[in-house]
Amino acid sequence: MRRLLYLLPVGLFVVLALYFAWALRPGHDPRVLPSALIDKEAPAFELAALSGTGTLSRDGLRGQPVVINFFASWCAPCRIEHPVLMRLAKQEKIPLYGIAYKDKPEDSTRFLSQFGDPYRSIGVDRDGRTGLDFGAYGVPETYVLDANGRVRKRFVGPLSVETVERELLPLLRTLAGS
Amino acid sequence: MAGPGQSPGGVRGGAPRYRTLLTACLLLLSAQALAVDPRERLTDPALEARARAISAELRCLVCQNESIDESHADLARDIRVLVRERLTAGDSDTKTVQSIVDRYGDFVLLRPPVKPATWLLWFGPAALLAVGLTGTALWLRRRSVAPETSKALTQEEQRKLEQLLREGGS
Repeated sequence: MRRLLYLLPVGLFVVLALYFAWALRPGHDPRVLPSALIDKEAPAFELAALSGTGTLSRDGLRGQPVVINFFASWCAPCRIEHPVLMRLAKQEKIPLYGIAYKDKPEDSTRFLSQFGDPYRSIGVDRDGRTGLDFGAYGVPETYVLDANGRVRKRFVGPLSVETVERELLPLLRTLAGS
Repeated sequence: MAGPGQSPGGVRGGAPRYRTLLTACLLLLSAQALAVDPRERLTDPALEARARAISAELRCLVCQNESIDESHADLARDIRVLVRERLTAGDSDTKTVQSIVDRYGDFVLLRPPVKPATWLLWFGPAALLAVGLTGTALWLRRRSVAPETSKALTQEEQRKLEQLLREGGS
């Protein structure tokens, strides 16, 4: 019994070490927040389209799983992410929609004509209100909505090829299958 | 610095430079105090006071260790404006805070709510202290109750001792 007591500090150390190893695991950023909207209905929005006269709205996107990407021409990581989005749209034929967050429409247009336009449609969120409703705290952020308009996943920061292969595409396949 | 042979101008310039530094420091301080843009303020002082109190309890998600009341981040400003919008619309403080939590989750609250998931956080330290105090109390009591007693050797031990002594003597 006494001897077990002496082992207690060792045991505590092992528990702490395991916890620290878990918390410091590679590829984990503790500042990335989980979305509060997971498995909840996406907030309603209806934004003027960047080109043409239509609108981009939550209710208009119902019926199929979609990917919504918040971007801005002033956002440097968005430029890093852009080739990945282009690939998603061109090769994978993902229904990708854009929301131009706090960006002047002419700047968004110039950005897209320079780097290519991967989006099926783009809504203009000039004052960032839709971003605020989504709980976005920076750009880029990417949301996956299922056919019923529920948020299933959020990616904070630029999408990488690995994230797309490991998480985004499998999730979309599951959503399309169900 | 003011060694011999140096221009006295450096010394004379000291006072104004000190004043510049002081001004700069004061300006920095005032910037800190004015994170809330005057244009955001509500005209009703009671509502504005409630908005300030709520803002001080909400985390800025960009800087993460500042409240939105102190932060200059764009997002903090957006949330401050949203808080004021809800209050102006007649929402209660709790409902206003809830509307922000619905968007950003509990992490936005600088004071985490007490619920099963945060029990360890809230009561863990007190529980550890209780365990420690109980342990110390038990240990102290046992030490004072059990006096030093010299037990007599058992027959077996006596026999071994004698044998050892005999061996040592030879």
